[in-house]
Amino acid sequence: MNLFLTIVLDGLIEASWLFVVALGLTLIFGVLKILNIAHGSFYALGAYIAATAVTIAAAHSLPPALGFVAMLISVALIASIVGLLLERGLLKLFYGRDEVVLLLVTYAVFLILEDTTKLIWGVNPIYASQPYELFGNVEFAGLFYVGYDLLLIPAAAAIGLAVWFGLNRTVMGKIVLAVIHNEEMSLSMGVRVNRVYAAAFAFGVLLAGLAGALTAPKISMQPGLSSDVIILSFAIVVIGGLGSVEGAAIGAVLVGLARATSVHLMPQAELFMIYLIMAAVLMFRPEGLFKRETARRI
Amino acid sequence: MVFPVIAVTLFGRVLPTWTLSLATIAASNALVALGIVVLARTGNVSFGQGLFFAAGGYGVALIANNWGITDAVAQMLIGAICGGLLGLVIGPLIARYSGIFFGMLTLALSMVFYGALVKTTVLGGSDGFNVVRPSLFGISFVDPREADFMLYAVSVVTTGLTGIAATILFRSEFGLASLAARENNLRVEYLGISANRIITINFVIAAVFAGASGAFALMAQRHIDPQFAYWTTSGEFVFIAVLAGYQSASAVFVASLALELVRSFSNLYLPNTWQLVLGVFLLAVILFLPRGIGSLWIRERRKRAGVSAETSAAVEEGVPS
Repeated sequence: MNLFLTIVLDGLIEASWLFVVALGLTLIFGVLKILNIAHGSFYALGAYIAATAVTIAAAHSLPPALGFVAMLISVALIASIVGLLLERGLLKLFYGRDEVVLLLVTYAVFLILEDTTKLIWGVNPIYASQPYELFGNVEFAGLFYVGYDLLLIPAAAAIGLAVWFGLNRTVMGKIVLAVIHNEEMSLSMGVRVNRVYAAAFAFGVLLAGLAGALTAPKISMQPGLSSDVIILSFAIVVIGGLGSVEGAAIGAVLVGLARATSVHLMPQAELFMIYLIMAAVLMFRPEGLFKRETARRI
Repeated sequence: MVFPVIAVTLFGRVLPTWTLSLATIAASNALVALGIVVLARTGNVSFGQGLFFAAGGYGVALIANNWGITDAVAQMLIGAICGGLLGLVIGPLIARYSGIFFGMLTLALSMVFYGALVKTTVLGGSDGFNVVRPSLFGISFVDPREADFMLYAVSVVTTGLTGIAATILFRSEFGLASLAARENNLRVEYLGISANRIITINFVIAAVFAGASGAFALMAQRHIDPQFAYWTTSGEFVFIAVLAGYQSASAVFVASLALELVRSFSNLYLPNTWQLVLGVFLLAVILFLPRGIGSLWIRERRKRAGVSAETSAAVEEGVPS
């Protein structure tokens, strides 16, 4: 029973930050129809920036709480700027090309960012653990948890709800949904599609960066981080159905639980399990759990 | 078309040793990329060719270590068979998928294989294991330079002949039907051709190429590890295919060689930023040569040769916009 509870809680904690990464990925795919391989790099970028912010805050002997806030703000700022610059400066040049070509463009961005982070932050592990003790330890049904970890769950839920509300209940969100659904029609209705593109991409990058910042205190930042994250978030969005917010949530919970289960029961099978789930889901539901209807060309 | 292959092979005699191993890797990568091009003509891009690449490599390595089959040509054939058999199992299952989901499912399968390899301690886990030096027709090569040249010759000849075979395939009825399946598989079905079967056959061909290439990569490195099946390996093969453009077999070899050259030179002179150089190179090619490296010389040939113009025009127009 205890083991079961541990697995569920660990799984949900994993799922929470993975969900935020996958949300960004799925939004970018929904609007721009780009499967963004560089998404993991934005996660890593967020984590590295957060580490720098926390270190600077600690050096000025600011209280950890303030350091935490500074970290979130700096990541949000830099991530949106990087996202905007990339979309306007680079991706724009490749619109209208084949899906695979766009995917390779983001692969190139992934390669470039990989070395750029190495150039800036070096190859040695970096830590930013100060905010981790911020919320103390919590006892939960006989299990001890770090408060920070447990708080990730409501934080991710709040972000998810906010995005859902923003998309479905605001005018701006409706415009984004219209662009997702039919770009040409929205264009002819006077929607500035290229602005929606830029905003959606920047927001997706922001979400990835935010997830990186939120997890930065838990992990050590080193090269290879982005590659691991992108492979997990790919699995999540494909399981859930590309472009679907609900799908990303379900996919994240599934992948989080699978990860926690294999970590506790058979540690080596982690990646194997996740991709087995993804392959199984695709076998039965070729377009993921939440399928969007598309017209067939005859 | 056979003459360039012979010429390139003989040219290897005068090349310095480091270029030989580089060209061997390039030829072997070109073989996988050629498979991706074959498959891409049906409109599906596989992001999991590492699966067959690794299957070929591991199959050859196990047979070489257990039964002592070290002949380079035999190893190449074993690799091709291993890849092909796996392709026969997976192909029919996967043929009904399309677009990005096809890519993601192939990626998932190769990652499952990667995960399984990492935790199989009998196969050395994530460290992999070593294999003995290959021989050819009963001759074992002690001099490393001779051994390198032998491998170079076998891989270049294999890739060259495969390229010629692929070109013939592209112009055949089946090759044109593959293009039609990309344009509109429903209409292909109306014509009484099974689109799924076309995709399956092309998939198996791609798997055979990847398996044979896995054998070459194994012979060149004399070591195998699960990295063969990792997604970045597969990504690189797609990278080469897109670099080449989906037009000609020779472009694939040139693209593969160009990538290897860029990689080794940037690795040599900019050891910490070679990925950055590679990324910029890729972006530049995609931006300035939207139809791939092949477009540099394919267009001229089309003007000259009137007979093949029709088919190559059909191929080019098939490139999705």
